Amino acid sequence: MKTTSKTLTIAAAAAIAATGVFAETELTVYTAFEAEDLKRYADTFNEAHPDIKINWVRDSTGIVTAKLLAEKDNPQADVVWGLAATSLLLLKSEDMLEPYAPKGVEALDPKFVDSDNPPYWVGQDAWAGAICYNTVEAEKNGLTPPTSWKDLHDPMYKGHIIMPNPNSSGTGFLDVSSWLQMFGEEAGWDYMDGLHENIARYTHSGSKPCKLAASGEIPIGISFAFRGAKSKAAGAPLEVIVPSEGVGWDMEAGGIIAGTANLEAAQTLLDFAVSTKAMEMYNVGYAIIGIPSLAKPVEHFPDGLKDALIENDFEWAANNRAAILAEWQSRYDGKSDPK
Amino acid sequence: MTDAATLPPGRDVKPRLSRDDVMMRSWMIVIALYLVVTLVFPLYAMLSKSFSTYHFDLGQFEFQVSDDDGVFATDPVLASTLNDQLGVFGEADLRAGSDGRLPATKLFPDFSFRSSKMYRVRGTSDEAVYLVGSTRHSGTAWQELDSNTFRRVQMRPVSGTGFGNFVTYFSTPALSNSIKNSLVISTIATVLTVTLAFGFAYALNRSCLRFKGAFRIIAMAPILVPSLLPGIALVYLFGNQGMLKELLMGQSIYGPIGILIGSVFFTFPHAFLILSTALAISDARLYEAADSLKTSPWKTFWTVTIPGARYGIISATFVVFNLVITDFGLPKVIGGQFNVLAVDIYKQVIGQQNFEMGAVVSVVLLIPAVFAFAIDRIVQRRQVAQLSARSVPYEPKPQKGRDRVAMIYCSVIGVFIIGLLAICQYAALIKFWPYDLSLSLNNYQFDLMDGGGWGSYFNSIKLGLLTAIVGTGVVFFGAYLVEKANGFEMGRGFFQMVAMLPMAVPGMVLGLAYIFFFNNPANPLNAIYGTMAILVVCTVTHFYTVSHLTAVTALKQMDREFESVSASLKQPTMKLFRRVTVPVCLPALLDISIYLFVNAMTTVSAVVFLYSPKTALASIAVLNMDDAGDIAPAAAMGMMIFYTNAAARIIHLLVSRGLLTRTQAWRFR
Repeated sequence: MKTTSKTLTIAAAAAIAATGVFAETELTVYTAFEAEDLKRYADTFNEAHPDIKINWVRDSTGIVTAKLLAEKDNPQADVVWGLAATSLLLLKSEDMLEPYAPKGVEALDPKFVDSDNPPYWVGQDAWAGAICYNTVEAEKNGLTPPTSWKDLHDPMYKGHIIMPNPNSSGTGFLDVSSWLQMFGEEAGWDYMDGLHENIARYTHSGSKPCKLAASGEIPIGISFAFRGAKSKAAGAPLEVIVPSEGVGWDMEAGGIIAGTANLEAAQTLLDFAVSTKAMEMYNVGYAIIGIPSLAKPVEHFPDGLKDALIENDFEWAANNRAAILAEWQSRYDGKSDPK
Repeated sequence: MTDAATLPPGRDVKPRLSRDDVMMRSWMIVIALYLVVTLVFPLYAMLSKSFSTYHFDLGQFEFQVSDDDGVFATDPVLASTLNDQLGVFGEADLRAGSDGRLPATKLFPDFSFRSSKMYRVRGTSDEAVYLVGSTRHSGTAWQELDSNTFRRVQMRPVSGTGFGNFVTYFSTPALSNSIKNSLVISTIATVLTVTLAFGFAYALNRSCLRFKGAFRIIAMAPILVPSLLPGIALVYLFGNQGMLKELLMGQSIYGPIGILIGSVFFTFPHAFLILSTALAISDARLYEAADSLKTSPWKTFWTVTIPGARYGIISATFVVFNLVITDFGLPKVIGGQFNVLAVDIYKQVIGQQNFEMGAVVSVVLLIPAVFAFAIDRIVQRRQVAQLSARSVPYEPKPQKGRDRVAMIYCSVIGVFIIGLLAICQYAALIKFWPYDLSLSLNNYQFDLMDGGGWGSYFNSIKLGLLTAIVGTGVVFFGAYLVEKANGFEMGRGFFQMVAMLPMAVPGMVLGLAYIFFFNNPANPLNAIYGTMAILVVCTVTHFYTVSHLTAVTALKQMDREFESVSASLKQPTMKLFRRVTVPVCLPALLDISIYLFVNAMTTVSAVVFLYSPKTALASIAVLNMDDAGDIAPAAAMGMMIFYTNAAARIIHLLVSRGLLTRTQAWRFR
């Protein structure tokens, strides 16, 4: 009996040791990258690091952020990769991130790196707001294309505009915070008051306005450029318009969750996330990436998007988020009876 | 009893508990505990969350300001003292959510970030938390900051308990308006559905309409799809690119109109089933009497038919009301700017990460739901047998005019139901609505869309099967114990009560309650969070009541003599349960399983908070694809659910038939 158990123990120990040699580290990565990109990103990463397996947990920005905050005392994620920078600032202010300077971080545009040293998060690529304009439906309704945000106040657009609800959509919040930053707080709210008159309804998600514009359900969808380019490539009669005043933007960023058991693998992943190889990988879909010199133009992306990006104060946006959303809700949510 | 007085005083005589009794009671306790852990504890966790508040405690922050040369000459001052002097923040400003932030500079009216003054800030206790930019600081050590950095100081709230969340809720019209919206829309939808379903049930039971079987099947079809699906169909019919847009005469389908039409669709089968049962039993003698008294048919209808079906009508009313007010999928898809309570919970939790406010809305939604449920239960209890042994069942006689009207009426409803389903199927096959109407299967490439891909469809089937197997087992065994155990009145009463509870709890509320209870690291059951197990547990609990009632009804038909006989033959109860009870009740068991399967396939509300990326579900995929604007794939997935459920029903029918002829031959002696 005794010998058997001893043998078993040895066998078990040997087995554990053996797996240790070949074992791949598994990383739980929370992300809001587009669903269709996940496999490609993981494959590219595994070309260089076959020993680290990525387990994606993907959902929209709001949901992933909510999940991370809900799990604050019992984090399930090792790494966050591809989440809005404003969300990472929220995580940082809850002390949930492990500061780390990835190899090659110097090459990044300083805008894409957290201000602390070592940085708590690093950015990968940027996505910006834009207007999706359905040329066929617009013509039917006798509309002319808007060139600026202010143009959307024109009464001819009444009932022809859809935008995301900032309370549930990151894109919606990006628009609202950019208007407040560009026009100033008071003028920003005035602007939204006027815009509200023309809005048909607010959607929960940020990509829906553009998809609705693509399918002609509404002529004008306030959404983001990436989505518009995709729909245009799919054959929708869309024009992606960059308003002349400038557009709000956010980054897809990454960071290490404090207390992860796989710190080394997490750091490897973050090193990769800012590497040249990774930048080329993001560049397939996104025109603006962390190392600007590497960026190649992306088809169907509107010209001049990069120059239209406003000076976005992420910290201001994160710290005023709760107050802005409450104000927005009291002004436009619920009060607006559907027409 | 009269002898009792003459008996000598002493202890009450109690029968000794047999091993069987002990075992049955322990199992009953186990199942009751299951219900307590999966329902009562989570609801309690949710209730306490709704009272967990956040507020800014200004007494916890202390500041010191230097003069223009950076010398700190004045004494430190508490934020609360500054606020008392200036009155910048009112009571409402100090109530916060968990992500609340209060800028410190507001307490310094002459603050300028260009000034050369220096600022010091600290907490007066270790709990005080403040941010400098987005870096978190806590504790009582002084931080010295220049004015440009000081403007980045944000105070964070502390947690407490109280009614603060409820006060905020009721003083925010954007939120509390939803109560009115929910009540109004549910009332109108209830009146509409019950009226329409009554007409349908009346036509099927009281006329000589042809194709009754087919109409019955059509009327039940909406039960097989998630409530989101009619919403999607309505977008294709009445949206801005809708085929029948003109019919709305400029009104938007996104809003109350859409919710109303969709609600009629998805609650119709529930109302129809109850009303059909109520109208099926009626006493022909009453109609004969009315006839011989020369009462007009109109008067007969109001004095005989309606009173005869009154319990059915009341029950249908509250069931429909409850379904509409707790439904989340439909208003989410088609509600537009019309806010209702169930969607508010989702918006608070998923959109704003405000779990406390989500809990508050849940509590608010729980009130009408429990109320409607309670009334329904009271009415059901008062429903006594209307058919006495002497009753003569009413048999409608052919009557050309009436039958033709019935035919037209039922056809209109039938076209409405089939039409909405057909439009979804059509939309799913169109390449790019409305610009490219060629047919394609592109919309079935779920793996390229949000929502979990084809995996979510197979997850749903897995969930359906697991729920059906586990649920039927637990529910039936529980019902058996509570029905057939000896004595233990108190325990059995408690069990019955707990088994009724799930029906009163809206899915959204249950799902949110599960987050609070199971996602707590201190909970030993935390491990099931994010797995298929929690989805199964949640779904079984969500649909426990109806299953339990079905089982109890079947068991009531079995004489308790079986237990006595088996006891006198010294056979263990479990053997009796296995060899006699289960085979005899097989039809009921199959009914429970199909009920659980279909509901597991279509449910959205409870599981929307609980699925993880590995356990994404088809019904959730419909929601998420619609949310992302992929409406055609959402319709495609919705129809996959429909076909799966329809197939399950057909299999259920065939299996039931086969089993009935093999095991239930005794019924047809």
